[in-house]
Amino acid sequence: MVRYIIRRLLWVVVLLVVVSFITFIIFYLLPTADPAQLRAGRQPNPQLVEQIRENLGLNDPWYQQYGHYMERLVFHGDFGYSYQNNADVKTQLFDKAPASISVALGAAVIWLITGIAVGIISALRSRSVLDRTTMGLSLVAISAPVYWLGLVALYLFAADIGKFPVTFFKGAGSYVPFSQDPATWFQSLLLPWIVLAAGFAALYARLLRANLIEVMSEDYIRTARAKGLSERRVVLKHGLRSAITPIVTALGLDLGVLLGGTILVETVFNIPGVGRYSYDAITNADIPVIQGTVLLGAFFIVMANLVVDIVYAFLDPRVRYS
Amino acid sequence: MAALLEIDGLTVDFATEDGVVHAVRGVSLNVNAGQMLGVVGESGSGKSVTMLTVMGLTRGPGTTIGGTAKFDGRDLLTMPGDELRRIRGNEIAMIFQDPLSSLHPFYKVGAQLIEAIQAHRNVRKGEARERSIELLRMVGIPDPAGRVDSYPHEFSGGMRQRAMIAMALANDPKVLIADEPTTALDVTVQAQILDLIARLQRELNMAVVLITHDLGVVAEHTHHIAVMYAGEAIEEAPTDVMFDSPSHPYTWGLLQSIPRLDRSRDEPLIPIPGLPPSLISPPGGCGFHPRCPYVRERHRRVHPELEPVPDHPEHRVACLLDEPTRRRLWEELKRGEVPEAARQKVGLKDSA
Repeated sequence: MVRYIIRRLLWVVVLLVVVSFITFIIFYLLPTADPAQLRAGRQPNPQLVEQIRENLGLNDPWYQQYGHYMERLVFHGDFGYSYQNNADVKTQLFDKAPASISVALGAAVIWLITGIAVGIISALRSRSVLDRTTMGLSLVAISAPVYWLGLVALYLFAADIGKFPVTFFKGAGSYVPFSQDPATWFQSLLLPWIVLAAGFAALYARLLRANLIEVMSEDYIRTARAKGLSERRVVLKHGLRSAITPIVTALGLDLGVLLGGTILVETVFNIPGVGRYSYDAITNADIPVIQGTVLLGAFFIVMANLVVDIVYAFLDPRVRYS
Repeated sequence: MAALLEIDGLTVDFATEDGVVHAVRGVSLNVNAGQMLGVVGESGSGKSVTMLTVMGLTRGPGTTIGGTAKFDGRDLLTMPGDELRRIRGNEIAMIFQDPLSSLHPFYKVGAQLIEAIQAHRNVRKGEARERSIELLRMVGIPDPAGRVDSYPHEFSGGMRQRAMIAMALANDPKVLIADEPTTALDVTVQAQILDLIARLQRELNMAVVLITHDLGVVAEHTHHIAVMYAGEAIEEAPTDVMFDSPSHPYTWGLLQSIPRLDRSRDEPLIPIPGLPPSLISPPGGCGFHPRCPYVRERHRRVHPELEPVPDHPEHRVACLLDEPTRRRLWEELKRGEVPEAARQKVGLKDSA
């Protein structure tokens, strides 16, 4: 097991190098905008642009630029500085990560609770009116894009601009860190959590429903009933135990993606997280920032994959790694 | 002898998308205390559904159940679910065909045994664990104290079925229902498991219902045999009588299709022609008439009842042929005649 984890961690390093290289290629060799031009402000004079280009090292051949970047990253843990405002990318990432993590974890709690509850009830009352209604609604939730749902939610319920304002929900741009004011933190994030969680909750409910219906026809469920266990115990201990395993896998992978920043939700609700940070960086062709946010996102994803595989071995005793 | 479990006129209908499946069509069986009953029939004959229904395991929105199944004077079929649950796994236990899929893959064998014990007995976990080890020892699992912490996938097929048996015996049941317990196992292991069930049956003085499609499996250990066809019990007799003087053409067909050591090797096995009938629209008259070599015109219209064979109150058969004709037919078949020749010798006209 330990050997397996070490091998996987080495692969994580390889993967991150590959990701950084691909990101670099995309943004350096296929430039969408000239960073120096953007940095120089409105109506720059050519000398200034040239000066900036020289300072940022943009005149060097691409392999030198990449090598230089990797050298600082690997040997000094230095993610470079923003082309836009010279801010240290690493510091910025550390500052903004908690907001993104707050968004992702809070939403995950909501979608797990609702998804699992709805999934179990729908599976046990399969084909009932309740089941058909919730499964129909879940299709709507899956189909609704997050940015649309976010804007609608703000339009309807935001404390400041909402048609039917709910003062408990703070509006967009009201985020404060947890360490500063937990109550406001919670209130400001509740609406983004619900918006982000809606699609996932629907997806998880459908996934769990399908799994549980399949599991409940397994022979070992019949055995559990034949033992004289209560139906509640048959479902929750024997059925759910098997049906939930794929949910755990999905949760790990989804969290991995979201921890690295939820661009749409953070942008719609103006939450200063990594997603919002990367969105701004992309509009400004701020390559070191893009590179930093992409690497952070990739790191969360590959680590989540590793964690999922390890957890899986604990959930399913038949799985063994060597 | 008073029957411990008395099934009378049991019918089970399942509503499916293709129509109503009449899986069990009026089965009456008695399970006597301390005896082993073999229930024989091919796939779809309703033998498993009969026993699952007695256990309450077929109850559901699409199922219609009729008749009675009296256990200790109480009707299991109309009993509320919670009350039946207290009998299930306690007084009546059941084991199934495929021991791998019948054990939960994520829980240790010991945990599943402990759960079975604690479902009906208010004992502490440590005590239940001790009992689990003792049960595993009783069913012949080596090193039971170590094996109690194994997962099902770490057991061989035979050991898994032993573990299932241990689980079924956890609360000293009065009746053990074994639904094709050896079908998924190697032949050598099959014999071991059957011997084990027979030994435990004697030692614990349980009633055992052994469901199988293999007459050879029931021959050695059962006291009584019931043969089922198309959702009905068509013949019932003490085991020796069933093998010595079977009375139903379907039973003859089953016996003639088993290879036997006391027959010459070039004597061909005689299969029963045709297929089991659809239970959505079962044949009228005698359920076996479309496949019966001795069918008369009347048999297509009249439904035979399970009635005692003259002079053999324990031997009951549902066949419209008269008793002397049946006896003569079986004499010819026993001599090695094929059904067609036997029919001609006995002087039955071909009505097909």
